[in-house]
Amino acid sequence: MTDINTGMVEKYRNDFLKEVEANVEEGDWVKMCMQCGVCSGSCPLGSDWDHPPQELFMMIRAGKRDEVLQSTSMWMCTSCYNCIVRCPRELPITHIMHGLAHYATRLGIEPKNQPTRQFAQLFWDNLAKNGRVNELWLGVNLYFMNGFVNGIKVALGMAGIGLGMLKTGRLSLKELVGGHTVKDKKGFQAMIKKAQELEAARIDN
Amino acid sequence: MSDIVATNQTILVVGGGISGMTAALEAAEVGKQVIVIEKTPSVGGRVTKLYKYFPKLCFPTCGLEINQRRMAANKNITVLTMAEVTDLQGEAGNYTATVKISPRYVNSNCTACGACGDAVEAEFDNEHNYNMDKHKGAYLAHDMAMPKRYVLEPGMIGTDDAQKAKDACKFDAIDLDMQEETLELKAGAVIWATGWRPFDAAKIQPYGYDRIDNVITSVEFERLMDPKGPTGGKLVRPSDGKEAKNVAFIQCAGSRDRNYLKHCSRICCMASLKQSTYVSEKFGDDANVSIYYIDIRAIDRFDNFYQKVQDDKNVTFIKSKVANIVENKENGNPTLKGVDTEGYHRYETEHDLVVLAIGMEPSVDKNTFPIEIKVNDEGFIEQDEANGGVFAAGCSSDALDVNRAVQSATASALRAIQVINKVAQAEG
Repeated sequence: MTDINTGMVEKYRNDFLKEVEANVEEGDWVKMCMQCGVCSGSCPLGSDWDHPPQELFMMIRAGKRDEVLQSTSMWMCTSCYNCIVRCPRELPITHIMHGLAHYATRLGIEPKNQPTRQFAQLFWDNLAKNGRVNELWLGVNLYFMNGFVNGIKVALGMAGIGLGMLKTGRLSLKELVGGHTVKDKKGFQAMIKKAQELEAARIDN
Repeated sequence: MSDIVATNQTILVVGGGISGMTAALEAAEVGKQVIVIEKTPSVGGRVTKLYKYFPKLCFPTCGLEINQRRMAANKNITVLTMAEVTDLQGEAGNYTATVKISPRYVNSNCTACGACGDAVEAEFDNEHNYNMDKHKGAYLAHDMAMPKRYVLEPGMIGTDDAQKAKDACKFDAIDLDMQEETLELKAGAVIWATGWRPFDAAKIQPYGYDRIDNVITSVEFERLMDPKGPTGGKLVRPSDGKEAKNVAFIQCAGSRDRNYLKHCSRICCMASLKQSTYVSEKFGDDANVSIYYIDIRAIDRFDNFYQKVQDDKNVTFIKSKVANIVENKENGNPTLKGVDTEGYHRYETEHDLVVLAIGMEPSVDKNTFPIEIKVNDEGFIEQDEANGGVFAAGCSSDALDVNRAVQSATASALRAIQVINKVAQAEG
């Protein structure tokens, strides 16, 4: 267990709902759930979740901290917003799912091999560097996420599309070195750093 | 219509449903002068469209007949049908209402013999059966219509059919030149009893009411049981007339949902429990009823009824708000999809017929009241001093079942009587 995770366990003891309300984005909505189940039924990937949103909300109230935060469930969310649209109590369910995933990551107890989580990390690392998404590197990193041999296979499979994108100017080989950035890259990085400090202070308190 | 006497000691009752009738009777039977304004061609309102009442499962026609006889026998009550209040001015003890009366094209000579209805050919949507069938252009709203007098659809006027109806009448009751009239009526107090309407089910997009034939509302299901209803009393589904033995009820269709109606409509749980007995009544042990619910709100004495239905082995309760419905194109069955709360099992279940236990909303849009009136967020009238001598009765004040609507109507009659008594005292 990480220090920060241990700290949170100490701080909230058995009140996981309180911990979620205080630390998870939109977490204070969790108690509003009336367990009707319309979110779970409306989720296009619902059958692939270990615990659909409705169940996660009940687990939070039941204090099942490890089961919730180490779950792969909220990482399955594709942000289609069907649940938010249909929720009779207007809970921002999509945001809560991302909030839970993010909080688990902050604590360092997220499911490490979950592919959505891995992609999200790749995307963030890519974006945080220059303030712009470098699509070429993002693609390359994604292809080789599961090892070199597999990466070559995927890359060859996608070659046709890649060449087409090159031809139509949707992809530039110049991106391989450096890549395009925001105008004020230093300012951008300072901003991210400050935001991370603020976030860390918020969690640590 | 010049024979209507209205003074500032008159109580004006707007709406002639069960609440309006009750309020009018309670006031008239203690000697107050009452005028009932009813928008449709006959009084009785939505109660006339019910097959049975819960929890006793008796027929509403019984109580309706008693009330109609009380009304007919009471000379203090004047009923104006096809009439609407378009404006209301003044204050408690001194109101002037503007009332628009639409032409019925049939005068009081009518004996309801039905010759005009037989003579005409044109057909119109039958509002009494929620437009599930048609009625003739000259019609009686239903068997218990009061006043028992035919009506001509406005769309008939100027057609040959209208002339046929006139020619068929032996009593000179049809007057094709009848015009809209506007009256000004004095009143000391007003009882507002305009009732409710079912929430528009088509707005609940995932349930496909507008796309799937075999998804109907609870009010429509109620009409299927009426021997004079659109199916002649047969419990069959709309798409192919197949007997609907496997019926699903979806609770909170529109109610308790911030996307639709925020409030709990109160009647829908009991309505579905009641309607589950209809399926058993028709098909005995072949009946297979599923009730999808968030929680069943069968309060106080209704709990006995709930327990009785729970004991019925042909009725299954599924704790889940159905997420969406798709149609099986091969057999027309609606397929219900969702996840149940007791175990989080994902289901995809087909039924012959799906009934949406539809919510209740006030029949008058809160922005179109002819008078300044305090309403809550849902559009129901608040009991507020700012409303002066206007008192809400029944479902214009809240989502209520018949029993509670009648209680509310009696209370509003008493409030109106107090205003009238003050006026009478002041005038000596």
